[in-house]
Amino acid sequence: MISSSIIVLGVIGIIAAVLLFWAAKKFRVDEDPRILEIEDMLPGANCGGCGLSGCHAFAVACVKEGSLDNLNCVGVTSEDMVRIGSIIGAVPPPSVKRRARMKCQADCTLRDVHNHYAGTRSCLLANNLYMGETDCLYGCLGCGDCVRVCPFDALSIPEGHVLPVVDPDRCTACGRCVGACPRNVIEIAEIHPDENQVWVACGNKDRAPLAMKECSVACIGCSKCVRTCKHEAVTVNSFLAHIDSTKCVGCGECVEACPRKSIVIVKMAGDPKATTLGTETETGTAPGSYNS
Amino acid sequence: MFKTFRRGGVHPNPEKLTRDSEIVSVPVAGVLYLSMNQSIGAPAKPCVKAGDVVEAGQKIAEAGGFVSANVHSPVAGTVRKVETIRNAAGFWVEAVSIEPSEPGVPLPLPDKTLDNALFADAMKLEPKEITARVREAGIVGLGGAAFPTSVKLSIPEGKSADTFLLNGAECEPYLTCDDALMRRWAPQILAGALLMARAVGATRVLVGVEANKPEAIAALEKAARTMPSPVGVVRLKTKYPQGSEKQLIEAMTGRIVPAGGLPVDAHVVVDNVATAFAAYEAVCLGLPLTRRVVTVTGMEMKNRGNFLAPLGTPIESLAEAGGGLPQEGPVKVLAGGPMMGQAVAVLSAPTVKANGGVTVLAGMDILRRVEKNCIRCARCVDACPMGLQPHLIATLGKLRLAPEAKDEGIMNCLECGCCSYVCPSWRHLVDYIRIGKTLIRKELKR
Amino acid sequence: MSMQLIVTGAPHIHSRSDVSKLMWNVVIAMLPALGVALWTFGMPALKVIGISLAACLLTEWLIARFLLHKPFTLFNGSAVITGLLLAFNLPSILPWWMVVIGAVVAIGIGKMSFGGLGCNIWNPALVGRVFLLLSFPAAMTTWPVDVPSGVDAVTGATYLSQLKHEGAAALQSGTDYLGMAVGHMNGSLGEVGSIAILVGLVWLLATRTITWHIPVSVLGGAALMSWALGGSPLIDLLSGGLMLGAVFMATDYVTSPMTHSGQLIFGVMIGVITIIIRRFGAYPEGVSFAILLMNSFVPLINRYTRPQIFGAREAARAAKGGAR
Repeated sequence: MISSSIIVLGVIGIIAAVLLFWAAKKFRVDEDPRILEIEDMLPGANCGGCGLSGCHAFAVACVKEGSLDNLNCVGVTSEDMVRIGSIIGAVPPPSVKRRARMKCQADCTLRDVHNHYAGTRSCLLANNLYMGETDCLYGCLGCGDCVRVCPFDALSIPEGHVLPVVDPDRCTACGRCVGACPRNVIEIAEIHPDENQVWVACGNKDRAPLAMKECSVACIGCSKCVRTCKHEAVTVNSFLAHIDSTKCVGCGECVEACPRKSIVIVKMAGDPKATTLGTETETGTAPGSYNS
Repeated sequence: MFKTFRRGGVHPNPEKLTRDSEIVSVPVAGVLYLSMNQSIGAPAKPCVKAGDVVEAGQKIAEAGGFVSANVHSPVAGTVRKVETIRNAAGFWVEAVSIEPSEPGVPLPLPDKTLDNALFADAMKLEPKEITARVREAGIVGLGGAAFPTSVKLSIPEGKSADTFLLNGAECEPYLTCDDALMRRWAPQILAGALLMARAVGATRVLVGVEANKPEAIAALEKAARTMPSPVGVVRLKTKYPQGSEKQLIEAMTGRIVPAGGLPVDAHVVVDNVATAFAAYEAVCLGLPLTRRVVTVTGMEMKNRGNFLAPLGTPIESLAEAGGGLPQEGPVKVLAGGPMMGQAVAVLSAPTVKANGGVTVLAGMDILRRVEKNCIRCARCVDACPMGLQPHLIATLGKLRLAPEAKDEGIMNCLECGCCSYVCPSWRHLVDYIRIGKTLIRKELKR
Repeated sequence: MSMQLIVTGAPHIHSRSDVSKLMWNVVIAMLPALGVALWTFGMPALKVIGISLAACLLTEWLIARFLLHKPFTLFNGSAVITGLLLAFNLPSILPWWMVVIGAVVAIGIGKMSFGGLGCNIWNPALVGRVFLLLSFPAAMTTWPVDVPSGVDAVTGATYLSQLKHEGAAALQSGTDYLGMAVGHMNGSLGEVGSIAILVGLVWLLATRTITWHIPVSVLGGAALMSWALGGSPLIDLLSGGLMLGAVFMATDYVTSPMTHSGQLIFGVMIGVITIIIRRFGAYPEGVSFAILLMNSFVPLINRYTRPQIFGAREAARAAKGGAR
């Protein structure tokens, strides 16, 4: 009785061992150990900010390319990128800091609310369905699609707010929110720690009389900013001002000049007001602002 | 025995509050705004300018392509402006605004009797000529789809239609505009159907009406006996969405339109009864589509009824004619019925060809309850007329998993709303499905 | 307050059916069986039911409040159903602390660990019952010798345990079918009154809380299997927890298939497995195991019984024809 059990179990064990050995051989996948090493350093959010399908794909690409010239993970610090470079024997190019920011600053105190959206909280859906709670067809809908898609929890709509705010420390500029926003309210901008950030926080392309009715901080395309700017950084297109960040020096004169308060400034170096989110800047509330 | 489709469907309370009301013509509003986006497809191009004097029925905009429709002025008057206005959803559309020369005077109601001589002449017309006249009159599907009828009547090369179905199901709760139309102008409707059947070369003409409209059925049956060729009146079971094209075809002919296909793939052409009436007027009387019957209804609406209104009448004027909107509390104004109608965000927006109803819902009951977890009760699966699994595709849509949702057939969804209607957890299934569909369309565009 | 314009996507009306309403319908449907249980077993039954209900509700509240941080969900009735069902599956003389353990396992592990109502894989009440059955087999199969109502019942053992241990001959003569049907037999609280359970079924069907598919297929599958194995289908249907399982436990929305064809497969398999366990298994009763087993198969059944998309067959045929 006992001996037969031992024999049967032993035979089963041997067969299983042989099978496992065979399977291990057969299905063995040779992978460069550096891939795993790099992957361990990545955030693992699969945000796609690098342009690849995910963190594993990025690690594979790093090892395959052997250089970091075209590869940059937005989710790690520049020191981490240097470390990743040391694994594959490459030096990362100097990185530019980029962050998401809002091109709309009008919560319901600044725009007249004409109806109440009681449907599913989804910007995509609301934008398909109708114009939104206010008359502005370009502004933030406030349903939070960007908040839901952010893999780094960098966006949130705090209690009492309508518009989302960007947490500059968490934002990696991966661009998920930009893709999710049906109204293109969010943009990714380069930040230079020694330069004030100035941008037009509005996307309203309606003519001035309409835009004035729709929102109290809508850009009406009056071109005052164009005339004020000494560096030819501002242009107006379709009744909407645009600031070319490569030409802008961050002097803030257009901010002063704007009669609609549509241009916002965040002072970067040494300005205590600009170090926290949504604080009072000279123009009022700077939505989705960030520090360096 | 009433005919019906096999799978799914729900039985919402019909709420046909205006079922006995006869059609009344409303006074013409001070300014009519004729939207250029009154058909699915390309917007029409205005061919008048500010200050032009127009006659009733004069063309004011040309179709902007093959899938598009002309727009005509419903009244004599002066073109005030060619401007951008907000449509019911609040989006900008181009429109021609017309100041009627006689505001406040209702349009005359069409004749109750059918002009047999004109009809007999029209029946001798070439099919192509009928289609051309329908196209010239700017007729679109008046059931709600706003698909240009002339395009439907132009059967593509290599396909054929042997059956012409007339859709008088009107399964949407509240709406009675088709019912009122059938009761009053049954001979004209059947005449229009026969003309359109001739245009597509169909030999069989059937009218389907839900069983909850016995007077309309009787009127149609009576009219059918006077028609030159046979017209079958089919009684349909009162069940939503009986009036959905594919479901109607299955119920009335037993044929199944292939998934992703058109009715003509089942050799059928379907048109709404109101479209048939417009086709009769266009082909026999040479009248363009400039007015339609609109049901203005809702518990709170004191003068609710079926109104003949010129196109371009602001929705708020119609609501005014129906007794005025409630002054207090939450109110939903729907362009259309409560199952598929669109919530109006801009009350000054004009009515368009496809809009058969202004339904006003009021009170706290119109607010949705808080969503709960799906308990997998499968009521949505039972209710889906398209054989989908709404709970599944909705979840995939909510999670923005477009490819997976597509594999589960999300693009077959009619958005009829049966699943959201029955869900005991009050999940907004159709909303989530729309998210999934939008994402898939976005990807296709890319 | 002035008029507020509301905008949402269609549809704008709702059938106004509600999860809580459905759940309370099930509770109402259980009342006749509850009555029979009280009449048959008296005060001890009331004690077990009370403890089970209280323990289930308390567990649900504690977990929802302190672990999941979810809003108060007690009044949607689902915890009440679990509590009642668990009690229905226990003998009336079970010590109170065992009942509490069963309730904690049922709600805590069977339901809340998956995320609450709608997320669980297995019927929570049965998870609790089977946990008790495996942990305390003796206590769970000890029935009151002296049934307080004093009716002429088989005491100390159920039909099924007699059947198992003494063979069919023990029951062949003088089986009191009518007595079995109205509750003159021994067993767990809820399983004794077949007629009362059927009354509940009629209520559930009349209020459209459930469809006929699962109960009928469970009972049909069991009867067929019993007949095929040469047993007495009627005894199998009336005894043990089969009726209770078919009407109240297999029909649990969360743990049953989505399509009617899937529900039929699910039901028939429960019936068949139950009879197989009764005949060949170590336990006299197998309904709980059969239901839990089939619960595990629900995702698979759902996958293979997907409804046919309207016109998909015709589209495939057209595509084939076009290729030729």
